[in-house]
Amino acid sequence: MTAAVLIAGIPLLLGIAGLLLPPGDDEGRRRPAAALGIAGAAASLLVTLGLLLFARKPIELSTHWISLGDVDLTLGISVGHAALYVALAVCVVALFVQIYSVAYLHDDPRYAPYAAQISLFTGAMLLVVTSGDLIGVLVGWEVMGACSYLLIGHDRRLPEAPAAAVKAFLVTRVGDVGFLLGVAILIVDAGTSRIADVLTEAPHPAALILILAGVAGKSAQFPLHTWLPDAMAGPTPISALIHAATMVAAGVYVVFRLYPLYEQSPAALAVLGVMAAITILLGALSAMAQDDLKRVLAWSTVSQIGYMTGALAVGSPAAALFHLLTHAAFKALLFLAAGAVIHAVGTNYLSRMGGLREHMPITFWSFVAGLGALAGLPPLAGFWSKENVLTAATHATEGGGAVPVWVAWLVWLAGLFAVGLTAWYATRLLLWAFFGVSRAHGPDGPDWEVGFDDARYTQPALPHDPPAAMRWPILLLAIPSALLGLAAFAPGFRTALELDEPHLGVAIVLPLVLLALGATTAWWLWREVPGVDPATALGPARPLLAAGFRFDDLQDRFIVRPTRALARAVTTVDEKVVDATVEGTGTTTSRVGEALAYAHRMSLPAAAAAVLAGALLLGAVAVLFGAAA
Amino acid sequence: MTVALIAVLLIPALGAAVLAVFPSRLDHLARVVGTVFAVAALVPIVVLAFARDDARFSYSALQPWAELDVSWVPALHLDFHLGIDGVSYPLVALTGLLTALCCAYTLWRVPENGGSGRTLVALLLVLETGILGTFLALDLLLFFLFFEVVLLPMYAVIAGWGGADRRRAARKFVLYTLFGSVLLLLGVLTVTVAAGTGDLTQLTGGLGLSRTTQQVAFVLLAIAFAVKAPLWPLHTWLPDAHTQAPTVGSVILAGVLLKMGTYGLIRVGVGVAPLGAEWAAPVLGILAVAAVLAGSLICLRQTELKRLIAYSSVGHMGFVLLGIATLTATGLQAALLGNVAHGLITGLLFFLAGAIKDRAHTGDLADLGGLRESAPRLAGILGFAAIASLGLPGLAGFWGEAFAVVAAVERGGGLWTTLAALAAIGGALTAAYFLRLLRKVTHGPVGTPVSPTISGAEWLAWSPLAALTLAVGVAPALVLAATSAPVRALTEAWR
Repeated sequence: MTAAVLIAGIPLLLGIAGLLLPPGDDEGRRRPAAALGIAGAAASLLVTLGLLLFARKPIELSTHWISLGDVDLTLGISVGHAALYVALAVCVVALFVQIYSVAYLHDDPRYAPYAAQISLFTGAMLLVVTSGDLIGVLVGWEVMGACSYLLIGHDRRLPEAPAAAVKAFLVTRVGDVGFLLGVAILIVDAGTSRIADVLTEAPHPAALILILAGVAGKSAQFPLHTWLPDAMAGPTPISALIHAATMVAAGVYVVFRLYPLYEQSPAALAVLGVMAAITILLGALSAMAQDDLKRVLAWSTVSQIGYMTGALAVGSPAAALFHLLTHAAFKALLFLAAGAVIHAVGTNYLSRMGGLREHMPITFWSFVAGLGALAGLPPLAGFWSKENVLTAATHATEGGGAVPVWVAWLVWLAGLFAVGLTAWYATRLLLWAFFGVSRAHGPDGPDWEVGFDDARYTQPALPHDPPAAMRWPILLLAIPSALLGLAAFAPGFRTALELDEPHLGVAIVLPLVLLALGATTAWWLWREVPGVDPATALGPARPLLAAGFRFDDLQDRFIVRPTRALARAVTTVDEKVVDATVEGTGTTTSRVGEALAYAHRMSLPAAAAAVLAGALLLGAVAVLFGAAA
Repeated sequence: MTVALIAVLLIPALGAAVLAVFPSRLDHLARVVGTVFAVAALVPIVVLAFARDDARFSYSALQPWAELDVSWVPALHLDFHLGIDGVSYPLVALTGLLTALCCAYTLWRVPENGGSGRTLVALLLVLETGILGTFLALDLLLFFLFFEVVLLPMYAVIAGWGGADRRRAARKFVLYTLFGSVLLLLGVLTVTVAAGTGDLTQLTGGLGLSRTTQQVAFVLLAIAFAVKAPLWPLHTWLPDAHTQAPTVGSVILAGVLLKMGTYGLIRVGVGVAPLGAEWAAPVLGILAVAAVLAGSLICLRQTELKRLIAYSSVGHMGFVLLGIATLTATGLQAALLGNVAHGLITGLLFFLAGAIKDRAHTGDLADLGGLRESAPRLAGILGFAAIASLGLPGLAGFWGEAFAVVAAVERGGGLWTTLAALAAIGGALTAAYFLRLLRKVTHGPVGTPVSPTISGAEWLAWSPLAALTLAVGVAPALVLAATSAPVRALTEAWR
């Protein structure tokens, strides 16, 4: 069972190997890069599958790594079946992203480092999932941050890409200040960083809340969610990777991993619940007003991760993990399909799409499956997992759990309300991008050419479904997006996640009513005023929602600018006070020296007078002190 | 093993002497010979690793693996007493490695408009002798002597081969550090006079010194080492010296010279005056965190590549000093690890900064840009070094910084917890300025065109540092293997 080491090890090693490949874009150089990338993900997938099939009990491997003072660090692997399912999702998405990228980046000269960075990214996430040691988790956690930075900044044609990359790394790094401190407290209390040992200690609530800061950063939870929409500047497969399997899932997974500690701390759960409720609504509302296809999906991720943290807060880690798995499937599907749309029409903007259904049937039906699952349409995957989360919240409102009842109510209400909002924006996205007439020419219609022919206009290249390397990942991902929810009926899967059996009671009526209401409203708006974005109905609130409630401005005003001002002030003090003192000491010494040198050059009479005056002074001192003695 | 111990010091000194009598027209041959000596010095260093013997037991807190003790000037309590243990060995190895790499680099390129390559290599070897002597000395006065040997060759390297404003920078460096040396001498004399011996193996643990003596001695020694390390606000010689120094000078300066300060603080300051250290620890801790924050904030405002990296050293050494200030075994080990990691990573960063400046003929961040388009390999390794320097877990820089924070948390109480939190914030700021650096240098449109070809000598100089950064990150035991016992012995003084 030592093979568990390979799950994270293979992609990490192949990633490093890939970075050492010579750069260049001719076919002979692309091929090894692609081979390394695909092989890494595929090998991990096989190992994970093998362990899922053959491992009977959780795998625990641990060996001493290093001791720093009284703190023992271990190198350890700890995977139960739940971890293996998450690892499986990561590997599948990573494999599809690698295959898809070969076609998507067919003309990119920096493909080789890109593929290697995906491998590292995947390996780092798998390390977080499989590590049995907090330091191992931290290593994976931060390597992911660095890889996301490199990958988001990959596209050289986008001037905003470097800024978005820096933002992604920095915002998550700010959260990681808390994460590091929290981990430090846990390690110091337990005297070791082995998770199994840490879990036996009574936790310090401050440590758990500090770790939540890191979770908020990585999982894009309020108030550290601002990096995720901007991260859309990265290539679309990277968005799929970040949103579906790695990075944002890591925060949820870490809370899941440390859940025995969180269970003991109502304060930490309350913080998590409030964070989740705000995030669910914030994400859903912002998604309603976006014009950029990828940004709609990005905000929907923010909202859906909120469901997962909400489930954790109300005491159901199983529901959180189930939603994580279904979300991984349908969000990867949506992003890869969105990549196909962008590939075909050459723009991210919904206002330039429309009427794509006839030309891209495969992509269209994938979107139907993905958006249906996102909205929670029965019997697609998202329905089952979301129903699980809402049921868990309902249970928690009855009290008796670790979480305060009001927090459970908050999560339940936010989750319920957001079902309607999600249905609304999913329907809007589908109708606005795939139905109606093409708006590829912009609002003024096609460019008419005046010539000898009567009335000729430029015909745009017809959009089409993507090439095979992009099509197959999409098609294959549509299967779990549609059917993964039914896994809740499989006893083996349920035991692994410790999930409750799904029961379709009265409780599901309310979400379904809201779902229908949201979808119908969007459809009605779209049908009543043809050719107008349903989001116009948001009226004056639209710019605010489109800007994500202007949290970027707040962040800029209260964090970025004060830091800059502080940096300026400190630099000035350093130059004008600290260094000036040093330089001043030097110049003062030279000046005193010059003055003394000058004094020694005075004329003979003056010098004689000075000598006499000195003698007189010394005599006077001697007399005075002699008298005193 | 005594032979190896002497050889470590003798080979570079002999090399310098040989180069001194070399005819000046055989410049290239002289550089080759110098490099051979620098590489040869690595042999006894490797041999010394096998002298490690954890089973040996003695009553002293300091248990050298190999030792040489010859009386020199008994009237001054001065013995020629050398020894090596787990605390000093990693730094000795780092010194040997960096000097060899710098000499090899000089084979390929000697800075223009400076002195001859032969003299530069000879000076590097003298520097190596002084630095190694400092790390090996087990006698206080001998330690002071070696500490001073380093000063003038470094002055010469900066003043002889540096940039446009080199004389001023070199003068500032030498005068500022001389000020520190005066205090060091006073501190050393205070201790030797009070204890009647300069033998560190006897003095470690502060045996026989009164509390007041320890406090006075620690203040003197701490200020002296703080200048060298450098600790904010005694750091202003550093940016000027680094900006003006030639590439090899910067590498040695940042890579090992600064470590003499932190090593001295652990071995002499904390070792000889533990009660003084305990008394002054809060102040040291506060200043260390101030250095972390001030260093990283100032870095956010820098516009010149080498100056930025120089200021980043202030922040990184702040983490090392925080580790020492906690006076816990965790903190001291983190400091030792941070020392070596900083030497590897910043050494690499200065090599790269030199390479970029050599190619673009400017170090101004505003004029650079698009390096990943024009020179992808160079950009890649710069990205690696920058990410290592910002403390990415899994690479060398992480351990020292994260565990300085852990040590401060371990120390507990309001003050140390606050310091831990502030230092962690400093870690985030470190990321901010390195990302700003990468964004300006590697991303964006191509500024000054940079030739993408990287010579063999450059690969030779960079790859060991990059490989070791990864290796120490994955296996910190490479550095820490033998430190546990001596560090634990040091902390015995406060139990």
